[in-house]
Amino acid sequence: MRLDFTFPKYLALGYLAVVIVVLSTVSVFLGLGWTVDRVHATQNGYRGTGMDQVKWPAAERALKAANVVPEALDPASPEGDKATDVYQNVQVLKDLSAEQFGRVMSSITEWVAPDEGCGYCHNVENMADDSLYTKKVARRMLEMTRHINNDWKAHVANTGVTCYTCHKGNPVPANIWFADPSPQKDAGVMATNDGMGHPNKTNGSSSLPRDPLSPLLFGKEPIRVAGTTGLPSKPYGASIQSTEQTYSLMMHMSASLGVNCTFCHNTRSFSDWADSTPQRMTAWHGIQMARDLNGSYLDPLKGVYPPNRLGPLGDAPKVSCATCHQGANKPLLGVSMAKDFPELGGVPAK
Amino acid sequence: MAMLSFERKYRVRGGTLVGGDLFDFWVGPFYVGFFGVTTAIFALLGTALIVYGAAIGPTWNIWQISIAPPDLKYGLGFAPLKEGGLWQVITVCATGAFVSWALREVEICRKLGMGYHVPFAFSVAILAYVTLVIFRPILLGAWGHGFPYGILSHLDWVSNTGYQYLHFHYNPAHMLAITFFFTTTFALALHGALVLSSVNPAKGEEVKTPEHEDTFFRDAIGYSIGTLGIHRLGLFLALSAVFWSAVCIIISGPMWTRGWPEWWNWWLNLPIWR
Repeated sequence: MRLDFTFPKYLALGYLAVVIVVLSTVSVFLGLGWTVDRVHATQNGYRGTGMDQVKWPAAERALKAANVVPEALDPASPEGDKATDVYQNVQVLKDLSAEQFGRVMSSITEWVAPDEGCGYCHNVENMADDSLYTKKVARRMLEMTRHINNDWKAHVANTGVTCYTCHKGNPVPANIWFADPSPQKDAGVMATNDGMGHPNKTNGSSSLPRDPLSPLLFGKEPIRVAGTTGLPSKPYGASIQSTEQTYSLMMHMSASLGVNCTFCHNTRSFSDWADSTPQRMTAWHGIQMARDLNGSYLDPLKGVYPPNRLGPLGDAPKVSCATCHQGANKPLLGVSMAKDFPELGGVPAK
Repeated sequence: MAMLSFERKYRVRGGTLVGGDLFDFWVGPFYVGFFGVTTAIFALLGTALIVYGAAIGPTWNIWQISIAPPDLKYGLGFAPLKEGGLWQVITVCATGAFVSWALREVEICRKLGMGYHVPFAFSVAILAYVTLVIFRPILLGAWGHGFPYGILSHLDWVSNTGYQYLHFHYNPAHMLAITFFFTTTFALALHGALVLSSVNPAKGEEVKTPEHEDTFFRDAIGYSIGTLGIHRLGLFLALSAVFWSAVCIIISGPMWTRGWPEWWNWWLNLPIWR
């Protein structure tokens, strides 16, 4: 046995000291609290799980600028003459005072048709006249708004919605959708590709199906497709096609809310509620809400619209997550306009 | 411990980077050197801290032990030891140990008068690690963006971090990295099969020479890169895979915050078909 083990031990200790000094110096250096403020990240999971939202400050500023909330008109007294006593043909806002009714009408004009004015919905010669289709749609939309604020607190909580949430000064909200079938070839196994390979805004520019909204936010096909067994076994679960449909819907939700998958899911197990964030529950109710609104309020209006307002298959414009959210995880960045509008139902005045 | 017959030739003095003759000695068959000492210190301290982290954690299940980085709120500052500080110290130890080991390899290369291929290759692996736990967190402004040290937990981090960009397969650098990884394994399979079949001939036949190997590939695909060339190619493919892996993660966040599928809109928006 031969060991070339000849060195002064005190020098080894010296080197050890140098290492410790270097380590400490590095530690102090790291402890200076640098701020690299280029990308803004927010954490929404346990540390180290990688459940973070990452955004450019410029994109956040743009979102803020796009979500300036208009000031509410002064509150109106619920006392005094009823709207029905003063105006004719009042069908939805029957519980309001005339003063409240006027306030809602002025606000709607500002929110929905600021350039077009009252005449966008009303025959200004006779305001009670129902000849314009826009008036019939607006009436149904008022019912829908009250329905959302009263019956969908599971999704909109006490923040509520107003016309402005979707319209934002546009007579037709910017983010409506129509059925968008994939191009069909004549025949054979390649007659359809399930809408794959047509990147668009809905599927986040991916190759996933281009219209996941028709089956999942209008239709009621199952969205939860994750397998519950380690290996595929009978009875077999969701098909590849329905799985891709789900992922396409999730792309749509991400883009609509300006968030990534980890806002709701811990992707180690997408389906596991225990691992998911509380936001997933809100989103689940949102899906149910969109199905309800499309089925009960929006699609039935297709007979009311003129043809130029309908989709290529003759369907009515419908809502998706983007219609209200428009890139914000809370519409209007969480500001409640509805609290100033008890006339729109559901949300108590403060 | 007896020396192997060729070892005497390799036990060359000198070539050290730091410390001169001080640590220029062997312990049994192992060269020590200054960087051998620092490797040992960093590795032992880091390992001890991981065991300590496991001891104060909720489980001794080897799969579930996890040393997590700090919350994002600590930014690039120190976190309390039990809330990510441990991760920070372990990261310093790991980086110190890896770099020390690479420098020890450099010293051995200098002793043997050979090129720096081995330390260079190892440095690329270190680069990938350092990119994940130091460079990218600094660019994003918080140590909390590093991955946790745990067998399963680091995989969960990979999954979630990929899904931060919706569909990571659309990341162009990730595409390159995957392609290089697959090509590496493919080249290794071809090379391994060729060598094994050459040195294990049928009964009664002689072991085949490199000329035979070259002929086989010239017959099969019209070209043989050769016995030396295949190793250069292998090194290039493997290092490219690791390099582009580092690129694909460092651009995710610091340079691109949205879904990766959207990045390809430049392609969809080319004027010829837009």
